[in-house]
Amino acid sequence: MIAASSEVLNFPILSLLVVLPVIGSIVVALLGGSRPEWIKLAALISSVSTAALSLWLLAAFKSGEAGFQFVSKHDWISQWGISWHLGVDGISLFLIVLTGILFPLVIVGIDPHHNETSYFAWMLLLQAGVMGSFLSLDLFLFFVMFEIVLVPMYFLIGGWGYDQRVYAATKFFLYTMAGSAFMLIGIIATVALAQRDLGVVTFDLVKIAEGANFSTNAARWLFLSFAIAFSVKVPLFPFHTWLPDAHTQAPTGGSVILAGVLLKMGTYGFLRFGVYLFPQAAMWARPAIFTLAVIGIIYGAIAATMQRDLKRLVAYSSVAHLGFIVLGTFALSSQAVTGAVMQMVNHGVSTGALFLLVGMIYERRHTREIAELRGLQHVAPIFAGVFTVVMLSSVGLPGLNGFVGEFLILIGSFGPARWWTVVATVGVVLAALYLLWAYQRVFHGEPDEANSSFKELTLREGLLMSVFLAIIVVSGIYPKPILDRIEPSVVALIEHVEGQTK
Amino acid sequence: MNDQIAVFVGPAIDWFSISPLLVLLFGALFLLLVGSLTPQWRRGWYGLTSALTAGTAIILSILLWRDISSSGPKLLVGSALALDHFAVLASIAICSAVLLVSLLTSDYLAGENTDMPEIYSLYLTAAIGGIVMVAANDLIVLFLGLETLSLSLYLLAASNRKRAESQEAGLKYFILGGFASAFFLYGVALTYGATGSTRLVDINSALNSYITVPRNDTLLLLGIGLMLVGFGFKVSLVPFQSWTPDVYQGSPTPVTAFMASAGKVAALVALVRVFVTAFPSRADDWGPAVFVLSALTLVVGSVVAVVQTDVKRMLAYSSISHAGFILVGLEASSHRASPEVGDGLTAIAIYVVLYAALVVGTFSVVTVVAQKSNDGATSLDAFKGIGRNNPVLALAITVLLLAQAGVPLTSGFVAKFGVIQAAVSVGSYELAVIAMVAAVIAAFIYLRIMVSMWLSDSTDSVSVEVPLFSTIAIAIAVAVTLVIGVLPSLLLDLTSDLTQLAIK
Repeated sequence: MIAASSEVLNFPILSLLVVLPVIGSIVVALLGGSRPEWIKLAALISSVSTAALSLWLLAAFKSGEAGFQFVSKHDWISQWGISWHLGVDGISLFLIVLTGILFPLVIVGIDPHHNETSYFAWMLLLQAGVMGSFLSLDLFLFFVMFEIVLVPMYFLIGGWGYDQRVYAATKFFLYTMAGSAFMLIGIIATVALAQRDLGVVTFDLVKIAEGANFSTNAARWLFLSFAIAFSVKVPLFPFHTWLPDAHTQAPTGGSVILAGVLLKMGTYGFLRFGVYLFPQAAMWARPAIFTLAVIGIIYGAIAATMQRDLKRLVAYSSVAHLGFIVLGTFALSSQAVTGAVMQMVNHGVSTGALFLLVGMIYERRHTREIAELRGLQHVAPIFAGVFTVVMLSSVGLPGLNGFVGEFLILIGSFGPARWWTVVATVGVVLAALYLLWAYQRVFHGEPDEANSSFKELTLREGLLMSVFLAIIVVSGIYPKPILDRIEPSVVALIEHVEGQTK
Repeated sequence: MNDQIAVFVGPAIDWFSISPLLVLLFGALFLLLVGSLTPQWRRGWYGLTSALTAGTAIILSILLWRDISSSGPKLLVGSALALDHFAVLASIAICSAVLLVSLLTSDYLAGENTDMPEIYSLYLTAAIGGIVMVAANDLIVLFLGLETLSLSLYLLAASNRKRAESQEAGLKYFILGGFASAFFLYGVALTYGATGSTRLVDINSALNSYITVPRNDTLLLLGIGLMLVGFGFKVSLVPFQSWTPDVYQGSPTPVTAFMASAGKVAALVALVRVFVTAFPSRADDWGPAVFVLSALTLVVGSVVAVVQTDVKRMLAYSSISHAGFILVGLEASSHRASPEVGDGLTAIAIYVVLYAALVVGTFSVVTVVAQKSNDGATSLDAFKGIGRNNPVLALAITVLLLAQAGVPLTSGFVAKFGVIQAAVSVGSYELAVIAMVAAVIAAFIYLRIMVSMWLSDSTDSVSVEVPLFSTIAIAIAVAVTLVIGVLPSLLLDLTSDLTQLAIK
């Protein structure tokens, strides 16, 4: 047993998950001038090996254990009590795997059309930042990763986006930075206050969460400072206004990553940092957060219904879906939180896939206006079929992955947040409404001249989508292996919360 | 009585301890005398001589640093100067600024088809003034340093005789700087009246004793206030900042780099030393004043920066905002009324050092870019298309700008983190929040410059030529920014005993 675990420790898989994309990014940047034809290959090698590592992690992960596994800890800035401290548990495991898989798919599946070198370099850097955010067990390291993600995303939106890209990129950068400014103060204050209980200055998440004892008032302020950053990132109503712009203007690859993993940094942050560090304050803030989450669900759904732009529609549907995730996170029952974690991954898969499909439509028709599209299922039946499955997964049809998470969230939230849950359920119906209606307008009817030349799914696109479809169907029909890995960590977290709030 | 008249004993001078000053003085005189007596040197040699002098001063300062590490801080020249890590670190920052700016100036002057020794000589004298300021343990000595620095800077601002803006900048700076000096001197006089001494250490002990000097708080507070105003002008705190954008914009860009780095470091470090060494017992009085100045400086500096269209003016306002950040550290020190000043002082020292490298690097790029066009324009439009034509240069300035914005893994984040940590650890949450919000607002201007470089379509396909010396200067600045950003321990190790100021 001991031998086995030390064997695992010898191979720093988690550090490698962060470092590998960085190396890939540097290699891509260096190759850019001399060997442009190797760039995509280099980016692919880097991202595929990261994906392989993340899958290996999934296989080696011990199901049924609640604590952090594969922990890797090294002093970084010892004077300030900061360490390079990475670990994975059931809550972060699937987000890491999702991050690992999504990037190679985006890299292989979507052409940037211009400036390949910098596009792939930023992409890989982005991956490193996202990986780091999900793996960090050190408050400082987490902040660094959380914040550094802005830079590549800013350049991806600004450099490869659509007409309003500079505006959208700047808005994205400043909004998120403003949110995390408060978190930085919160982190420093957390450490300063925890020092009184712990006796040492440390940014170690676990030590602080287990050892520190904040006064009620201090904990509430600290929780709020974290909550602002995460609410912007999720985004929770009313901090969501950057999202539709960023999504609509971002290139397809950027949108997929943004919806797939970047937004999850907010919901994950709530769970890993907000709730874990300040359980009492989280309980105290619950009613307000429930309310905002439910407003987000309903508002996102209504706004999505009204959109004329297909991509904007999907963006607003994200606001609604993330409302569900936040609702489940703060319900703090093991079912709801497990559902929320599951739903983080599901939303990443299904909304990521939706953005990919919308991107393919735009590639073919150079428009995303719903009114301009008609009757596509006549000319591209396979495309329409794929779209249907992905859409139904997003709606939450039983048998597909979206259902599992949503169902667990609603069941688990009904006890702690009855009336909010009742209202949220309306959002499920609305989701069916706006997505099906959009589908009807785009795919049904007789195609006019412009739409009748709509190209069917190519082989490359088909292979790409089949990965998404496989995940959607398999994890929808047989979610048990996933839930088995998520649940112990969630239960431990809930116990921690209950122990602190008694 | 007779004894006092009869014998004047000069103070013992530890020559080695002031060797950086002597080297700089020698370099300045050498350039001026030999430079004026010999025919025009080959291009670049004046700048190299100046850089070499500054480099020697840096090496000597490093030796002094090790001396202090082994034998502790001390006072020099009859307690006129303090020799401690705080002073030496600031001296190294100032000399490094001279080194980089000399290299930059050499290229700049080559671009203007001229070269002259005076400018470098003035850099070196300014550095002497700056080092005297950061080490001064006596208000009069501090004033001498301040004037040496300021007079050099006035001349430097006006040094481009071909451009009217440069003349205007010099004159404006001179008049307002004169005002500031007068304020400062008046403050010194009143403080002397209240405490009976101009030595920082003696002022502190006088204020702490109730027997020798009757407490005259009106005079004292007035003195402190006037000094704060004087410093406020020098480091351009709001509401004393109005000269900064004009002077920064009008001066030749390398000179602006020098003013924003060495000039600011010297004035800020002197300000901090005076307040934490001489007046810790009155921290409750000046703390709130510093709080207000800091908040105003942060907010006005960042907000007004946003509406600028000229990069030099933007950076002028951003330098104002940075000064506000540094005052956050001073405000944090004011919460501990003892020489045990805590994190604030260390944070300030780290901030000024990193800021100096950052600002020199940024203005170096501006210098290089401005020389692309004939009229030396530094509007945002001048930056268009650099991303496509000079990707490496654009990447370098992107790193520098992200650091100014305080993005993690750059030195700017380390600097800001230290200051915010100092503020939060003494419970100054309000100021920490104001500072961070101001940082986000200021980030907008850095984004605008990046947008100009990377994301604007430019019709202009002239690529920027980066001369050798400027390349070196920019490369050093970027290297410092990244290395300290990723491994702050390198700097933090050095600054662990920074709070031991020389008081004996």
